[in-house]
Amino acid sequence: MVYGPHTPDDRSRMLAALGIGSVDELFEVIPTSVRARPMHLPPGLTELDLMARLRTLAGHNRVDLASFLGAGVYRHHLPPVVDQILLRGEYYTAYTPYQPEISQGTLQTIYEYQSLLAELTGLDVVSASHYDGATATAEAALMTCRATRRERVLVSRGVHPQSRQTLETYFAGANLTFDEVPLIADGPAAGTTDLAALGRLLADPERPIGGVIAAQPNLLGLLEPMAEIGRLAHAAGALFVAVVEPVSLAVLAPPSAYEADIAAGEGQPLGIPPQYGGPYLGILACRDSLIRQIPGRLIGMTSDADGRRAYVMTMRAREQDIRREKAASNICTNQALCALAAAVYVAALGPGGLRDVAATGAARAAELAAALDDAGAPRLHTGPYLNEFAIRVPDAVAVHRRLLHRGILAGIPLAELEPGDASLAEGLLVCATESTTAEEIELFAWALRDELGSRPGVPAGSIGEGSR
Amino acid sequence: MSVTGPKLQPTLFELSGPGRAAGRRIPAPPADALDRLPSDSRRAVPAALPEVDEQSLVRHYVNLSQLNWGVDTGFYPLGSCTMKYNPKVNEWAARLPGFAGLHPLAPDETAQGTLELLWELERDLAEISGMDAVTLQPAAGAQGELTGILLVRAYHRARGDLERTEVLIPDSAHGTNPATASMAGFRTVNIASAPDGGVDLEAFRAALGPRTAAIMITNPSTLGLFERHIVELLEMVHAAGALAYMDGANLNAILGRFRPGEAGFDVMHFNVHKTFATPHGGGGPGAGPVGVLAPLIPFLPAPRVLREPDGTFRLERPGERPASIGRMRGHVGNVGILVRAWAYIRAHGADGLREVSDDAVLAANYLRGRLEADGAWEIPFAGPCAHEFIASGTALKRATGVRTLDVAKRLIDKGYHPPTIYFPHTVDEAMLIEPTETERLETLDAFADALLEIAREAHETPELVTSAPHSAPVRRLDEATAARQPNLRWRAATPAERSSAG
Repeated sequence: MVYGPHTPDDRSRMLAALGIGSVDELFEVIPTSVRARPMHLPPGLTELDLMARLRTLAGHNRVDLASFLGAGVYRHHLPPVVDQILLRGEYYTAYTPYQPEISQGTLQTIYEYQSLLAELTGLDVVSASHYDGATATAEAALMTCRATRRERVLVSRGVHPQSRQTLETYFAGANLTFDEVPLIADGPAAGTTDLAALGRLLADPERPIGGVIAAQPNLLGLLEPMAEIGRLAHAAGALFVAVVEPVSLAVLAPPSAYEADIAAGEGQPLGIPPQYGGPYLGILACRDSLIRQIPGRLIGMTSDADGRRAYVMTMRAREQDIRREKAASNICTNQALCALAAAVYVAALGPGGLRDVAATGAARAAELAAALDDAGAPRLHTGPYLNEFAIRVPDAVAVHRRLLHRGILAGIPLAELEPGDASLAEGLLVCATESTTAEEIELFAWALRDELGSRPGVPAGSIGEGSR
Repeated sequence: MSVTGPKLQPTLFELSGPGRAAGRRIPAPPADALDRLPSDSRRAVPAALPEVDEQSLVRHYVNLSQLNWGVDTGFYPLGSCTMKYNPKVNEWAARLPGFAGLHPLAPDETAQGTLELLWELERDLAEISGMDAVTLQPAAGAQGELTGILLVRAYHRARGDLERTEVLIPDSAHGTNPATASMAGFRTVNIASAPDGGVDLEAFRAALGPRTAAIMITNPSTLGLFERHIVELLEMVHAAGALAYMDGANLNAILGRFRPGEAGFDVMHFNVHKTFATPHGGGGPGAGPVGVLAPLIPFLPAPRVLREPDGTFRLERPGERPASIGRMRGHVGNVGILVRAWAYIRAHGADGLREVSDDAVLAANYLRGRLEADGAWEIPFAGPCAHEFIASGTALKRATGVRTLDVAKRLIDKGYHPPTIYFPHTVDEAMLIEPTETERLETLDAFADALLEIAREAHETPELVTSAPHSAPVRRLDEATAARQPNLRWRAATPAERSSAG
């Protein structure tokens, strides 16, 4: 046994108690014709060898580069206290708090998570977690259709393409439809949701819209006219879903301020490492009036038989184990430990600390924008941004590759993120956070200037070409 | 309401005091950092987040943790959840900076280590299950189910077979199965189980037809029984032109003994947080990879992990496989969890995994035998069982008025997490008991003793049982008020409330 306790003697005692000679007898119920042939797997490794192999594999990833990658997943300073709490076995080796009397730790911490996110979003009902930002956005879209009994939503192309693709998958299953609202291609509002197009799509009496979904900041890092989008949605009888980035909510207007009915978002920036895509945290919050439509667990405060304050899973009649085929969603296992991470992170920073994280990211991003502009790569858009923006680089994909060979992850080529949009073909989406150093910005700008040939006397690509 | 019990904690918000927020974690931003943002996009009123010093914060969370029961605390025989030991080396592995620090949009050439691990894990899971290919994308078992049923939908549609609108599901199934079928746009047809707890072949035969898209079968079933008619059932399903989905929740019973793909299941999901020992996290995160036979491969979610002829790895590019059902979530999966699952499988190898199931099934049968021998608990289905079994308190309730809920609460006093109760719904006063392979014989014996002692207490001092738990941090909760007047977030008391409370 690798991790189990049973000795050959233990097994003999159990077999003897059952009056059988071999454990094989317990599997005789499996019909002979479908009994497994032996599995072919690499032989089991000792802990020593296992750790060596894992170190080797982890070492084949390059996490030492100057990174300007964002697009919904951000590198932040992680206070060590967060992981110390996550490593408490009482939290991470528990399961869903079905027995509240011995689950108050999980229950109270998730209630506190709900409360912290309610403060940040301004919305009173916060789900105990969804899988990630993309699935939370899809669930939010489904909510709008359930609540309005309409079968179509509008999604701004400023919402992350992976969230739109996930929504597409979920909608195909539910036999619902959606249309995309384009972004403005040029002018001062370039890169933000096209309000005129939105208005036209909302005005079609043959196609009543259940929900309008827009992101703040949007995919391109730009600030959207959320209040105006919300007004248009509500005037057409649709609900308004704001896709938010939680750290930004320390400084940006909360969804409640622009009358959003639902907020969805990727919670990774709240104390969760990037780890190549997950586990993350799907944030989903709504107004009180939508409480019966929100999928996923909710934790409520109540009292015990002695009148002590205590917490319990509540409003359970929405969930799959009670309602089965009529449930609001099939979600069961969620991302509770990631919600705990988010709560500890927010509490560890406090309101001033979280504001500082957002504001420092904004300041670093402005420094980055200035440095890259000076290097010959101006911003692709002119509208306001927080900590992420697109730059214009001729032959962006090739330049991006060459910069990688110089040890720089120069953001994300928009041609790869949004292949169909010609107005974005020369864009690189870059971000900065409080973890971005002045040296990294300087290195990026210097190398980019060199690649673009805008530094007199040094031909493009002559330094470090092809080296790693 | 008071907060008086040992370790009970006020909320973070009550611990807050102006200026207490912990330490200087990052450099202060320039005062004008946000001036360039339009004022109407900025927050007018700061969020009322708590300000707590780090020591108070740590004590808050440590004390709260001690109100919790986890596998690391003690025995946790929660049926159908496979609460086995979570190896610590796997926690170390997932936290290696090379894994934890990798951005999901990092270029493939900077992600070779993770891509190789994922590629290997897909192959390992395919070998374990007898499936032809595996996607690691689904975030949890229920999302794996949705993925699998959307694959079924895509398969039928690609063949122009649009009439298949029904999914057949036994009444003993986990609630996620019918909820999944609904999310994927199918109508659920519930099939009653046979008296022996197994699938009712005749009921399935009667329900199968040109409208059947798939059946969803949990094998072994939620009653802890291997489906003995599985061969006939699969033949019948395929003859009707439908596909067979296997809910892999109970895979811990059959590693090395039964490979669903080899036996003829078309699609299944794995719960790595059950079978492959990744932590349950207080409710998640887990991961729910899906395995398929060859005909379903074209429809798998994108992106897949590919190996190039030169031995390097890359992610599929957008649009590279047009028949795909699309994307189930952001990025490639709960990779941090999948690293742990890979480590668990590689620590065991084929022999070790088979031993896992052998010991899990042996332990369950041993515990079942102990309870059956005493007679205090009904064991409704004839043995042997798989990795879990049902005990019923119907007779006890009739004789003493003590319900299974009371028994569960009394188990807390005895130092155990209760089993799953009142599930499956097909058995009255059910307890679904899953000891797993990682509990010592002494623990199994002591747990059996505790259950038998509770049965005696139910006869002699029933109020002791019906008022349990007595030793937990809190007593039974007022769940009715919680649902009727939901309090889902902390609100600071108004000055008027504070003065009336004072």
